Amino acid sequence: MHPAFSVVFFTTATGTGYGLLALLGVLAGPGFVPPDFWLGLVGMGLALGLISAGLLSSAGHLGRPDRAWRAFSQWRSSWLSREGVASVATFVPAGLFATGWVVLGRTDGWVAVAGLLAAVGAVITVCTTGMIYRSLKPIAQWHSRYTLPGYLIFSAMSGGVLLNALLQGFAIGSTILLAGCMLLTLLGWGWKLATWRYNDRLEIATTANTATGLAGGTVRSLEWPHTEENYLLKEMGFRIARKHKARLRQITQVLAFALPVLLLVAVFALPWPYAAVLSTLAAIVQFAGMLVERWLFFAEAKHTVTLYYGR
Amino acid sequence: MTCLPAHTDKKLGLVIDLDTCVGCQACVTACKEWNTGGHMAPLTDIDPYGGDVDGVWFNRVHSYEHITEMGGRTVNFPRSCLHCETPACVTVCPTGASYKRTSDGIVLVDEDKCIGCKLCSWACPYGAREFDTDVGVMKKCTLCIDRIYNDNLAEEDRVPACVAACPTSARHFGDLGDPASAVSQLVAERGGVDLMPELGYHPTNKYLPPRAHTTRAASVLAPALEAVRAEGGFLGWVDRMLSN
Repeated sequence: MHPAFSVVFFTTATGTGYGLLALLGVLAGPGFVPPDFWLGLVGMGLALGLISAGLLSSAGHLGRPDRAWRAFSQWRSSWLSREGVASVATFVPAGLFATGWVVLGRTDGWVAVAGLLAAVGAVITVCTTGMIYRSLKPIAQWHSRYTLPGYLIFSAMSGGVLLNALLQGFAIGSTILLAGCMLLTLLGWGWKLATWRYNDRLEIATTANTATGLAGGTVRSLEWPHTEENYLLKEMGFRIARKHKARLRQITQVLAFALPVLLLVAVFALPWPYAAVLSTLAAIVQFAGMLVERWLFFAEAKHTVTLYYGR
Repeated sequence: MTCLPAHTDKKLGLVIDLDTCVGCQACVTACKEWNTGGHMAPLTDIDPYGGDVDGVWFNRVHSYEHITEMGGRTVNFPRSCLHCETPACVTVCPTGASYKRTSDGIVLVDEDKCIGCKLCSWACPYGAREFDTDVGVMKKCTLCIDRIYNDNLAEEDRVPACVAACPTSARHFGDLGDPASAVSQLVAERGGVDLMPELGYHPTNKYLPPRAHTTRAASVLAPALEAVRAEGGFLGWVDRMLSN
């Protein structure tokens, strides 16, 4: 599948943003995160900023963005529509939560309830994003049990590492959160390795034989219907990443998982401001790694239509 | 609505005979010619006379080499929308632009509602949908709804343009939901198959596999210049002389 940058950035940015929003929504109520004005402004600004930037980026992927409002109508059947509804609905409790925290300076009572609702909305939205890919049967690498948990784990992981950077920046870092971030990053690493292992061993039932209805023997593409690349090949026949698969997987592992874990280990031992600098670096490096991971998620996915072209 | 109808009154579709298709591309050009002025018009061509040609087509004919223990042969393979009974291209549509008609089972796109998210083309395993980059919406085969119900055409012309154009009658149009229809009987008689049945889209269109190789003629796998049968008489004498 062609990795359109707008979609790669959209899923990565909203994943991190919803992860951060969910953690802030859950942790601010019980007082784990203090109702500080600047912390609220920067934290909620980051979360809602990442989510909004991602959603705007996804609208850039559309052929007719002026009609994007129509996408809220078919939630009965379409995961993409459900994602649209869930993402917009989540802005309501998230907006109330941000207002209570930043304007009224409190994260208890109804503000805490709004925070919890925003967290629920964030989790649901990430689930709908994962299900868009999980539900596509023609792409075996996506139509697997690894896809949905992957989106949830990576959202919690990148959101957690960003929250840690935020709290370390305000010199109120917690070792529990730090340990949690390390565990989530290791979990994400393991999940990604398991996903790759599963994809590499995948035996896809759909072949050139079943695609053409020609039973038995071998079916070899002799001639394409056209001499130039068409929409199908540009959108679904992307091949560059398969050539550099091993190298890109290494880059993903270093940036998204290995380097952040090492940086977080160092944060345990360092005082502010060094802890803040390394925590911020961990979040930035991990975000870059997740962009590569998401790029590979698309580029490694093979659509059944490529069988018609002998690929 | 992108929810699928529980039942369609008819299952209009095509039956494509891979035995008689000669790969002449007449159906391809007839489709383009009709539909670029039809229901889903235009079928945009980008840079049609330049070096980087691209454009929207509803029907494309591939050529394959199929080799079995019985020998090898070239199979020409027209590929277009199969108007599936459970088309995921419809259910994934977030706007309601994609729909399956209850009356005849034809899968269509309402161009005025399409936002061009391209998800339907990802959900179609057959590559039936093509994005029009110029208009910014998705396009697909309409089974020529503007021909098959067109009172202005003579009755024999009320078939899809690809069917009307086929010089070898490799394309047949009819109601595959009616077991008594000519197309259903053809499918039963010739063992018509679904494409990618394992994905569960239940395509309406059927493909008739090439007929089995005949056993009456010399095997196409016989080595070149090998005597077909031991020659006697004059030809046998020539063969012996030339073999010395």
